[in-house]
Amino acid sequence: MIRLDNVSKTYVLKGRHGGIARTVPALKHVDFHVPAGRIHGVIGLSGAGKSTLIRCVNLLERPTTGTVTVDGRELTGLSRQALNQARHGMGMIFQHFNLLTNRTVFANVALPLELMGMPRGEIRERVTPLLELVGLADKASQYPAQLSGGQKQRVAIARALASRPKVLLCDEATSALDPQTTGSILALLRDINQKLGLTILLITHEMEVVKSICHRVSLISDGELVEEADVGDFFTAPQTRLGREFLNDFLKLEPPRALIERLEASPGHNTHPVVRLAFRGDAVASPLVSRLARECGVDVSILQAKVESIQERTLGLMIAELMGPAEKTREALDYLESHDLQVEVLGHVQRNA
Amino acid sequence: MSSAMLELILEATLDTLYMVAISGVISALVGIPLGVLLYVTRPGQVLAQPALNGALGIITNIGRSIPFIILMVAIIPFTRMLVGTSIGTNAAAVPLTIAAIPFIARLVEGALNEINPGLVEAAQSMGATPWQIILKVLLPEARGGIFTALTVTIVTLVSYSAMAGAVGGGGLGDLGIRYGYNRFNPTIMLITVAILVVMVQGFQSLGDYLVRKSDHK
Repeated sequence: MIRLDNVSKTYVLKGRHGGIARTVPALKHVDFHVPAGRIHGVIGLSGAGKSTLIRCVNLLERPTTGTVTVDGRELTGLSRQALNQARHGMGMIFQHFNLLTNRTVFANVALPLELMGMPRGEIRERVTPLLELVGLADKASQYPAQLSGGQKQRVAIARALASRPKVLLCDEATSALDPQTTGSILALLRDINQKLGLTILLITHEMEVVKSICHRVSLISDGELVEEADVGDFFTAPQTRLGREFLNDFLKLEPPRALIERLEASPGHNTHPVVRLAFRGDAVASPLVSRLARECGVDVSILQAKVESIQERTLGLMIAELMGPAEKTREALDYLESHDLQVEVLGHVQRNA
Repeated sequence: MSSAMLELILEATLDTLYMVAISGVISALVGIPLGVLLYVTRPGQVLAQPALNGALGIITNIGRSIPFIILMVAIIPFTRMLVGTSIGTNAAAVPLTIAAIPFIARLVEGALNEINPGLVEAAQSMGATPWQIILKVLLPEARGGIFTALTVTIVTLVSYSAMAGAVGGGGLGDLGIRYGYNRFNPTIMLITVAILVVMVQGFQSLGDYLVRKSDHK
């Protein structure tokens, strides 16, 4: 439904006082495809190129090179007029909602239809059910300034859906909302995806958003897509360092500060390893900790643990200290690795310290 | 005070209102589109035309930098061509209009500049043409700012019109100078000033009311 082929975007910044112009690459050779009916998330830190990427899809930013194809039509080759036509088939919502302040809720939702030249009567028939869909039928004659952030985003969603698009682009749509409101907006988007079969591309810096509604996720860093995976895979085994950082940050599973200060990089004469364990699939259900104690003769002190459920898959995470003689703990690590656990040795601590 | 004097004051008040009305309406009709043009032809805007924008900017600045009293006499030949005479209220309305056009244009440009660029982007994402963006986004969103701009312009026109006496334009300013100053009649001076104060207050209140009514920010 959405296809980007070798898309690059380079900004040219004029030097000050007639100095030499600088070029800043914002996107580098991005290849990217979202099949129809899917919710695809692009996650990255600020400045990574997320906004440029999503703006390239409806050509609010024109790529320097490469082609953008939406619903079988190559947008990059269209005339201005044809592009405006094609844009009627794509809705977009924004972080700061971008509602017209001097139009009522009703008139805001009606705007894209007015732009298409639809007659008044038809507009009314189209807008009313949309306001019902987003739960704001009673606010039709209010102005955006009278609404809360979540309500404004609902109006923006109704507006984006008014032209019955096949694609919805969400530019940090929940970043300006509190967690509760975020949840309800995401639920609405999921609902729309299921009911209307809409293809959704969203960009975000929040793992929570990806976790709760995306089917697939791409990780963007410095203008490049560095990783792409199904959400279940990404949350259980990110392939890149940046992916792991996002995940750790999301799970907030860091060893306690007091422990970090005592951690040594290499094993000493009298030390225990501290490990981070990630369980997935069958491993979650098996009693590995007690087996470690029984079969390897190693005591396990659990420092932190967490179980997350991500799209019907379970992910367990644990930070633990393995206590026992050096060769026994070595054996225990091998045992864990052989049982499909991801083991990361964080460091070593002095015994009885 | 004699009834002849009262009649003079009434006539002068009407002259002032006439000059302000004529020049206000015409300069708004020209100045608002010019202000929109100044804004939308900026680099990066919906009808970016940097060369045209630069040229319009220079012309606007020249218009704004000529002192009104000089403009008034400098364009006498043009005024005569346009209204057939270089004296009277019609003749005074010409330089008033010409002075107000760039003034309004810059104020309108400023009002448009206050609009969140995200709104234009949102309209573009819906497939709006530049013309639709101007009519459906820029002008309605800047409505309050444009009313503010018109109010400031009208008030400025009231005070500029007082200089119209220099070309025999009549009006309250002219009356105040001729009777109040040249003939040492402080009462007349005070009355004309008082009427001008009331007039400005009235326009300002009306303008404020329109801004409040039209803006839902």
